[in-house]
Amino acid sequence: MTEKMIDFQTDPSRYRHWRVEYDGPVATLYMDVDEDGGLFEGYQLKLNSYDLGVDIELSDIIQRMRFEHPEVKVVVMRSGKDNVFCAGANIRMLGGAAHSHKVNFCKFTNETRNTYEAAEADSGQKYIAAIKGSCAGGGYELALACNYIMLTDDSTSSVALPEVPLLAVLPGTGGLTRVTDKRQMRRDRADVFCAMEEGIRGKRAKEWKLVDEVVPNSRFDETVAERAREFAAASPRPDDATGIALTPLKREIGADAVTYSTVEVELDRKGRKATITVKGPEGDAPGDMEAFVAQGAEAWMLRAARELDDAILHLRLNEMELGLWVIRTEGDPAQVVAHEALLLANRDHWLANEVLQLWKRMLKRVDVTSRSLVALVEHGSCFAGALAELLFAVDRSYMMEDEFEGDNRPMATVTLSESNFGQYPMGNGLSRIATRFIGDEASVEAARATIGEVLEAEAADELGLVTYILDDIDWEDEIRIFMEERASFSPDALTGMEANLRFAGPETMETRIFGRLTAWQNWIFNRPNAVGPDGALQRYGSGVRGDYNLERV
Amino acid sequence: MLDVINVSYDTQIPNNVGLSSDKKVLKALEKWHPGYIDWWNKLIPQNFQESLVYLRTAVSVDPKGWAKFDYVKMPEYRWGVLLAPQVEDRRIPCGEHAGEPAWQEVPGEYRNMLKRLIVIQGDTEPASVEQQRLLALMAPSLYDMRNLFQVNVEEGRHLWAMVYLLHKYFGRDGREEADDLLRRQSGSEEAPRMLGAFNEETPDWLSFFMFTYFTDRDGKMQLESLAQSGFDPLSRTCRFMLTEEAHHMFVGETGVGRTIQRTCEVMKENGIEDPCDTDRIRALGVIDLPLIQKKLNLHYTLSLDLFGQEVSTNAANAFNAGIKGRYQEIRLTDDHKLTGDTYTVWDIVDGKVVQKEVPALTAINMRLRDDYTRDAAGGVGRWNKIIEKAGIDFELKLPHEAFHRKIGVFADKLIDPEGRFITGAEYDEGMKEWLPSHADGDYIQSLMKPVYEPGKYASWIAPPKVGIDNKPGDFEYVKLHMA
Repeated sequence: MTEKMIDFQTDPSRYRHWRVEYDGPVATLYMDVDEDGGLFEGYQLKLNSYDLGVDIELSDIIQRMRFEHPEVKVVVMRSGKDNVFCAGANIRMLGGAAHSHKVNFCKFTNETRNTYEAAEADSGQKYIAAIKGSCAGGGYELALACNYIMLTDDSTSSVALPEVPLLAVLPGTGGLTRVTDKRQMRRDRADVFCAMEEGIRGKRAKEWKLVDEVVPNSRFDETVAERAREFAAASPRPDDATGIALTPLKREIGADAVTYSTVEVELDRKGRKATITVKGPEGDAPGDMEAFVAQGAEAWMLRAARELDDAILHLRLNEMELGLWVIRTEGDPAQVVAHEALLLANRDHWLANEVLQLWKRMLKRVDVTSRSLVALVEHGSCFAGALAELLFAVDRSYMMEDEFEGDNRPMATVTLSESNFGQYPMGNGLSRIATRFIGDEASVEAARATIGEVLEAEAADELGLVTYILDDIDWEDEIRIFMEERASFSPDALTGMEANLRFAGPETMETRIFGRLTAWQNWIFNRPNAVGPDGALQRYGSGVRGDYNLERV
Repeated sequence: MLDVINVSYDTQIPNNVGLSSDKKVLKALEKWHPGYIDWWNKLIPQNFQESLVYLRTAVSVDPKGWAKFDYVKMPEYRWGVLLAPQVEDRRIPCGEHAGEPAWQEVPGEYRNMLKRLIVIQGDTEPASVEQQRLLALMAPSLYDMRNLFQVNVEEGRHLWAMVYLLHKYFGRDGREEADDLLRRQSGSEEAPRMLGAFNEETPDWLSFFMFTYFTDRDGKMQLESLAQSGFDPLSRTCRFMLTEEAHHMFVGETGVGRTIQRTCEVMKENGIEDPCDTDRIRALGVIDLPLIQKKLNLHYTLSLDLFGQEVSTNAANAFNAGIKGRYQEIRLTDDHKLTGDTYTVWDIVDGKVVQKEVPALTAINMRLRDDYTRDAAGGVGRWNKIIEKAGIDFELKLPHEAFHRKIGVFADKLIDPEGRFITGAEYDEGMKEWLPSHADGDYIQSLMKPVYEPGKYASWIAPPKVGIDNKPGDFEYVKLHMA
């Protein structure tokens, strides 16, 4: 079912599953899934169940909420249907999907949940889930990622995570993690809750911390509106900001390349690799934030982040066999630093903040991408500031040392900015440099001392910022051998190895979701008890229960 | 009044489940009972609560015991807990456990499914009483008023039956669900009843008759399928409830029949041949046959929606688990597992209403609905006999099941009562002929004048052929308390 290209770009004129009503500082986001609007054939999206297509729209909405609607301080998420909030991910879609699609689907939905969950802390945009009707599985996970959950007390509406008893899989979009880590539900109660089909309603849902507030049904709408107003009044977001339009990306998809204005992706199917080249800014940085706002979606910092984000998603879903991503840059490092510096100096400006937050999210996508990642720091490249961050996101990096014969491009360099030390934290809460040098504070400090310095190969190597520096004689051969070797390994083993090595340091809710929860879910997604011909997922809807292998593994 | 504090559960609550020695259930019922009495007292206007009604009370399950007639005030009605006698060595009739001994205790793996089915069934019982609470104020006769109250107290008893199961077999969850059955109210904004059809008011007596004929018949079919449950206490409860449900069908069928009868008589007396000459017919204070057809269309199609989606996972699960069977499961001659079988259901393909084969397990709802339609057609045939006998050229018909639906593949589609796709304009125009308009409602409402004199009947309805308990025509079925 992945024959068809999946496009992550959409806009409000094309939404089929959601609608948004804007009312000053409060926006209401209605989930009203079109049954017949599934991304693939073979299933109907009944009862507000969702597939990747529904989530792509949601992701677009929350992105636009941040950039196009800075005036919105509170987003109320609710259902456009009677009697059901959301029934979760569509089971028939999951039952029919290839393993790889399920994994990518879960990853993207998790990233989307994390994005609106963080909107409050990152930009003062708070999400309220207003639940009427049944709210089960992925439906409750949608609510769990909101910052405040309200449930009507009509003696029917409930919240539930019925995956284990009903489907023999996990609530894998953060459900198991958030009930304990975020809602701080006691683990024994969480055990009860996650093993029951019918869920919990009314006052007990509040008692057990599953929701923040239970509201009498007749006063539900008015109480939701009241809470929205209160939260809006408490938000630090500006009242008078005017948004910028997220105009359509300039993108051309060819047979062997995807071309954006700042990003070029070359597809080498035979070599099973994609080469992603990011081009630095063409001109000077805008003089001030007013000029930056005037450039809007055309500003390099915003454009590059959006394009890279789309390229990552495109490659993840549509080019699954390209197991190695080679990341390159081209341009003037000083310009990259200057463009980034304007935003860093104006962090309290809403748009500067949003663009920096977008870089943070996009770089996190790189971290959790299950591809081998290598950066090539070549002559003429611009690994500086935000782009230098890519060096610390990849699994290995190779840097050109000294002049190469017949190559008159400027010497390969690396330039750190203050942003490399905490502006774009990983899911573990640390900067990539701190994670790279975990337990070695001296190396972090040595690197920090070079902020703003243009570092050539030897210095970068000395500081531990790149894996290998190679001169003219060795470069081509070493790189070729690395790539061929990488292509010969098992993709599964590589995915597992890389995902482990990338996340040194402390666990957070986020790393637990992408590590522990996702890894177990993906294991279960491969087991016959869930996906075998007699497994629960396949049999769901047939009336016949899953036939389980009873051995505990 | 019933002394709620000191209820003797063996004398005042007729039962054959050893209630007085079942400490767990007694304790639960003692807590639940005051809420129930409170619910009942707030429900029906006070003067009817105080009136003496000639009611049938079931005091035991043997044929002599389940129909004791006497005058009783409704709040003092003896709501019993009665299960049909246990069948020796009863087996689970269907699904993957078919042939194993029937469960006497709740099987853990199906606990939630069973509880949900019982709660949904339980929720409909008090709901219809709530929907009908004001009808006595416009009763066409004391005979009809008594029938209404009989239906009401029996729905109340059916609630008791479901509450007993919840208390007895489902622990704390069951007690909470039993409390919520009283918390939800038909049409309530705070906590409405679970199924949409049970949140609409029953505004007049023709609606009441249609409701008891068509909608209670859905209840009957649900009870029939639960009577086939592998969970024996549920099966026994439902088997006994079915004996009472039959009376509700009777009230509906004879109520509509008597309305038709009266219309035909008045038409004949006044020399009206054309059943569609509605102005003249209505001027005579009876309900024209086309309007009865419209009411039939409305109530039949609303009731079809209660059967749910054409293809249903829940129904398949319940059948395969053996906790809900098909209509008369034990008389069917297949393997009772349906693993490889198919069943024909309606669907829409390329803009046409067509039939197709689907796995029989997932079509359990449809099969029950088809049985329902056959069952419902019987009474319609008998109504037509009345019209035919009067020599009037008119035939009542059940509309196609694709017409006027809110649930399933036909939901909100533009389809006429013959099952044909039509244009929006045709639909708007046709609806005037197919479903009651507000003006039709006004007309029916104008006829709803109470008749409280023994032996007298409202202008629009004929007297019954036989009285309840063979009582004479002028019997005072309700001794009204008119304080």
